[in-house]
Amino acid sequence: MNISTILDMAAEAFGDRIGVVSGGQRYTYAELREAAYRAARRFKASGAAYVALLDVNSPAAPVALFGAAYAGIPYVPLNYRLTPVEINKLLARVAPAVLVTSVDFSGKLEQRADIQVIDRAEFLSLPEGGDELPQPDEDPRAIAVQLFTSGTTGEPKAAILRHENLMSYIVGTVEFAAAEEDDAIVVTVPPYHIAGISAVLSSTYACRRMVQMENFEAAAWLDACRENSVSNAFLVPTMLQRIVDHLVEAGSQPQLPALRALAYGGGKMPLSTIAKAMQLFPTVDFTNAYGLTETSSTIAVLGPDDHRAAAASSDPAVQRRLASVGKPGAVEIEIRDDSGKVLGAEEAGLVFVRGPQVSGEYLSLGSQLDDDGWFPTKDRGYLDAEGYLFLDGRADDVIVRGGENISPGEIEDVLLGHPAVADVAVVAMPDEQWGEGVAAAVVLKSGASASVAELQELVRGKLRSSRVPQAIVFKDALPYNELGKVLRRIIRQEFV
Amino acid sequence: MAKTALKAGARFKSTVCDTQVMVVKAPAGEFELRCGGADVVGATAPAAAGGTLDPALSGETLIGKRYVNADESLELLCTKGGKGTLSLDGVALEIKQAKQLPSSD
Repeated sequence: MNISTILDMAAEAFGDRIGVVSGGQRYTYAELREAAYRAARRFKASGAAYVALLDVNSPAAPVALFGAAYAGIPYVPLNYRLTPVEINKLLARVAPAVLVTSVDFSGKLEQRADIQVIDRAEFLSLPEGGDELPQPDEDPRAIAVQLFTSGTTGEPKAAILRHENLMSYIVGTVEFAAAEEDDAIVVTVPPYHIAGISAVLSSTYACRRMVQMENFEAAAWLDACRENSVSNAFLVPTMLQRIVDHLVEAGSQPQLPALRALAYGGGKMPLSTIAKAMQLFPTVDFTNAYGLTETSSTIAVLGPDDHRAAAASSDPAVQRRLASVGKPGAVEIEIRDDSGKVLGAEEAGLVFVRGPQVSGEYLSLGSQLDDDGWFPTKDRGYLDAEGYLFLDGRADDVIVRGGENISPGEIEDVLLGHPAVADVAVVAMPDEQWGEGVAAAVVLKSGASASVAELQELVRGKLRSSRVPQAIVFKDALPYNELGKVLRRIIRQEFV
Repeated sequence: MAKTALKAGARFKSTVCDTQVMVVKAPAGEFELRCGGADVVGATAPAAAGGTLDPALSGETLIGKRYVNADESLELLCTKGGKGTLSLDGVALEIKQAKQLPSSD
């Protein structure tokens, strides 16, 4: 079992179909496979233990991913937004390695004898190097992809995804060659993110043309969709928010007649954003995808019918599903309390997941699965009576005030209900009496005003007094990472 | 006829048509896996000559389809289509109906 089978099948069935579009470059699936073969020969000859990539989206990303698979060498895409010090530390952990990069990033690298650097342009024009076809490693337990976590606490962890995990995910959730000849998906997530990996694998298996964008910008995204008659897209919430804002500010309609499906995930989607997006794109199918690096991407989906039913319903239990991440895909999900007891519907606790696509494993730390194969996601949440999953933040973000667990999410939702509040993050702050207390960083809408007392009173009225933020600071903006996750550790420092 | 252990991840090819399959899941034990009436061989085995397709077992395989036995304890992914019918211990395998999820990426 080897993920290179995915490209073999696409090249076999639709060799002449365009698989990748990047600026002026185009690759058919047959050409993509040929480029991956050449890459595999180069990787094998190098004697490297890893194939690393330090680059924005380009055809080099799928070529390196599949080339590494054909060569039987783990593929490690690195975050090019890291500092030179951080990048070089990660490179030391994967040496000896072949590193594919571009001139934009080679300046960040320390020269090392055990890192063979290949420039992207050279990598995409490797010589043929023989007729012998690569014989990929068949071991399903072999490591296909290694992704470094963002390392918010300490050193980044190396999450590993085996061929069997990724193949299970693709075969279990994607229909082979499901795409129509004219279909195209625009890929804006960077290659080092799990969503970037799964975009390549899913699109190739569906035989859906990928249109790559180096960086996200709302107007450029709309242009790219229009020019390439894009039918499908995946966005993180911040990206969708920016597209909505852009359209509202310009007072214009999207004018994307080819766009049929818009999937989003990677962070919490504000209700106002998805509701507005559904108004702006009334004919588009929206899907909310929840997944983690350690689960080979998506584990739960809220599908288009759920979105429409929630938007049209007057039943609060159905309406609120717009805030749900949907039902489990090709996995099982259960909720447990802190002692490990499995909880029932509507009872909030820790989210556990089990299934063949779940790796739950880090290099050197080993498997995090329990004896029965369940992986602790460290997300908090609950299932409703019909099995829809609602998330309630990270377990690490819970505020423990005098022994009482307080979820930032419910307080944030209340504060966001104030007409003057544009954005908010609730975090723990040190408190002598309670151990931890509740603090909030608030961004006001331009020209609007609200006092600390007024906001505290709002929370007191809607929730219990223990939920009232004892400190509130007003900020111009909250810190987010490039994929739209709010950086709570930075906000916490405001209150130390 | 030869019985073979079917491990998840193993790949086989037909000796009488172009069919290739990958084992997605399989029960423990040894089985007679055939295509077009003839035993399959490992995907990397040298091409075997002389086999003929049994016309009664030429129901064809389709690339990308999953083939299962009655209790779905065996699941094969067809990675290359061909003319033969897949069978396990003499019983033809069926196409598994896909549980298609809305595209999430």
